[in-house]
Amino acid sequence: MKWVSPWRLRRMGILGMNCRNRDFIGSYNARHLFPLVDNKLKTKLLAEEFEVATPPLFFVVSEQHEIATIEKKLEGLDGFAIKPAKGSGGKGILVIIGRRGNKFIKSSGVEISIEDIRRHMSNALAGLYSLGGKPDVVIVEDLIQFDDSFEGYSYEGVPDIRIIVFKGYPVMAMLRLATRASDGKANLHQGAVGVGLDIATGCALRAVQFSQPVTHHPDTKRPLSEIQIANWRDMLLLASRCFEMTGLGYIGTDIVLDRTRGAQLLELNARPGLSIQVANGRGLLPRLRHIESLKPRAHRTPEQRVDYVMKTFTADGM
Amino acid sequence: MKARSRAPFYSIIIALMLIGLGTAWMRHVTMEIPFFAGEQRPVWLIEARVDFYATGSEVTINLALPQDPPGFRTFTEQAASPGYGWSVIEEGDIRRGEWTKRTASGPQTLYYKAQFVGGLDKEMSAASEAVPAAKPVEWDGPQATASTQLLAQALSTSSNSRSLARELSKLLNDAARDQNASLMLTVEPDKSVLLEKLLNQAGIPARRALGLYLEDARRHQPLTRMVEVYDEGEWVLFNPYTGAQGLPDNVLLWHRGDTALLDVIGGRNSRVGFSMIYQTVPALELAQANDSIFSIIGVHLLPIEEQGMFKLLFLLPLGALVVVFMRVIVGLKTSGTFMPILIAVAFLQTSLYLGLIGFVSVVSFGLVLRTYLSRLNLLLIARIATLVVLVIFIISILSLVGYQMGLNTGMTITFFPMIIIAWTIERMSILWEEEGPREVLIQGGGSLLVAVMAFSLMQLPVVGHLTFNFPEINLVFLALIMLMGQYTGYKISELRRFRAMIDNVTSEKAGDIK
Repeated sequence: MKWVSPWRLRRMGILGMNCRNRDFIGSYNARHLFPLVDNKLKTKLLAEEFEVATPPLFFVVSEQHEIATIEKKLEGLDGFAIKPAKGSGGKGILVIIGRRGNKFIKSSGVEISIEDIRRHMSNALAGLYSLGGKPDVVIVEDLIQFDDSFEGYSYEGVPDIRIIVFKGYPVMAMLRLATRASDGKANLHQGAVGVGLDIATGCALRAVQFSQPVTHHPDTKRPLSEIQIANWRDMLLLASRCFEMTGLGYIGTDIVLDRTRGAQLLELNARPGLSIQVANGRGLLPRLRHIESLKPRAHRTPEQRVDYVMKTFTADGM
Repeated sequence: MKARSRAPFYSIIIALMLIGLGTAWMRHVTMEIPFFAGEQRPVWLIEARVDFYATGSEVTINLALPQDPPGFRTFTEQAASPGYGWSVIEEGDIRRGEWTKRTASGPQTLYYKAQFVGGLDKEMSAASEAVPAAKPVEWDGPQATASTQLLAQALSTSSNSRSLARELSKLLNDAARDQNASLMLTVEPDKSVLLEKLLNQAGIPARRALGLYLEDARRHQPLTRMVEVYDEGEWVLFNPYTGAQGLPDNVLLWHRGDTALLDVIGGRNSRVGFSMIYQTVPALELAQANDSIFSIIGVHLLPIEEQGMFKLLFLLPLGALVVVFMRVIVGLKTSGTFMPILIAVAFLQTSLYLGLIGFVSVVSFGLVLRTYLSRLNLLLIARIATLVVLVIFIISILSLVGYQMGLNTGMTITFFPMIIIAWTIERMSILWEEEGPREVLIQGGGSLLVAVMAFSLMQLPVVGHLTFNFPEINLVFLALIMLMGQYTGYKISELRRFRAMIDNVTSEKAGDIK
């Protein structure tokens, strides 16, 4: 058993879960704003209102009886994603990338029938994937055609970029790449690769899988150090605008790069995880405290904030 | 927005702790509730035995009973006398027990038993009513002269009522007593009666009293006659045979005043004897017998059934404290936040090993059945309800099997919170599908570990004793829980979680330097 002393963690500026919950989520995220991000449907509608790019919504299923006639609604849709609106941690997301005859092809390549989709939707409506088992609605939205620049960097699943936004300032970012071990999911604890991204440039800093450093994608063997996100500033801008959109001080934004539509907001998280620190190899606390120490209204627009962080939070600097 | 002062919070915490501990201390002091279970206190068990010969008609036996004897507290009392009616009659300061029977003949024996707690403050209860007056005393010719001379002699060597009483008993007990004293003693051989009469003659209110010398394991003891003198608003006790003033520690004042100790109607040859033993009783029982304003807070006044419920209820905060500690400070994962407490409470009823075996087997059975259920594609609520019913069946079957195998304790599995178990099975099954069996083991094991820890604290006799008898202790738990709610340091699990990262970063840096 190996442990690291708490003083060492503090020197590194690692943000712990208790500190995150109390000093940041508890202090900067007003409770009444949580439904905006906990409910993907609300997030989506809000994003459309604020003209934040997000995958188009096909339709919403809110009653069990609608499921019986779901084939009709799915007609003509080749690829789509089924998401429970209140699902957390990527639970209950079913991505269909195509059809073969009567069957639907999951992102993993497994074929499933319409009955499986019905059951999945029914479970989601009953609240199987929602916090506390509350009844839920299901949204069906367009599939992300991920950008060619990520070709070979992800096993199944869409690579997404998690950016922590504190008081409107993007403070830390990582690219999450699904692997065979993570079963196409982008959660680090399930085995996805986390690539820390330089806030200033969008270049890969370092990468980890299961907390261990990796240099190449474990399945595709592509070198991870070559990654540089295109249109990095736009992505930061998109993340930064989520602050105005929701009013939440401490959020994690999940952004994907679509081949044709560019950066798209996938979802927001009011309780973003701490493993982004592992992927970046540095603690969040110094940057968070730095933002806290800024004068209120030092930077009024997302553009000003993004320019400020791209200047301040460099790989060698803070 | 962050500059909110912490002072109010910490004052609440301190206030909660002070109120909790302070009330507990006050209750300990005033109600004598012991801090430790099983503490014993000594008491005197005194048995008064009345023997008489019944003449065949209606019988009424009337025995004076102790009424708040100074330095003692009556703990329990009871009368044992088959065939007799018994009641305690209280008239003002006087308390008497009365046995009654329509017809009785031949030798009869009646018992009165009482337990007394000794070692208390000896406040001679002042006569609450008006100042008693001295009783008129009449003597025949020669005695009148003798008593007057005797009194004059004692008065000349005394200064107040107390010293007069002392001087008088000295004169009566003097080995070489003078003529007056000898004369008076031939007329009134009982020194206590004589002393009382002489004092009354001198205009000092005095009355007789009967005390019992307490000595362990004595039988057939008589009461000792004593005299109480009223002086400056209180009754002062004198032993007429020694002249000693005040009440010795080992004397219990059984009866005070001029009424007879024993009245017998319908019998003859009556006598009273006393036996006593020094015994110990649980201190807790003594405490409950004590009336106090603080007893309102306690739950001892409730019926036993409700008390049992409260006993469990007051243990829950400790369980919550353990859960908070394990999750906030240690960072253990549990399935269902407070499910471990309920499991721990169930363990209290079942005993640990049986509970663990029962719980694990019920949950694993449930998981097997649940995998089949998932294929049936039921709606969530219906599925949970199905699980609840199945869990009930599993538990019933397990306990019946246990019973058939001669394990009576098998029945206690029914104490498991079934709805909670059904939800646990459901969550674990989903966890299994989504995150794999490893996560199920981690969370299930974490829950069980927390449950076992909470259980091992809850089952400590001292914990059960303290939380039940001092429910205010839970305020301290509350304060601790709130205090942990302010903890923003690292969890112990995070010290491991970020270990690899720190190692990586430091090894990279070391590589740079090379």
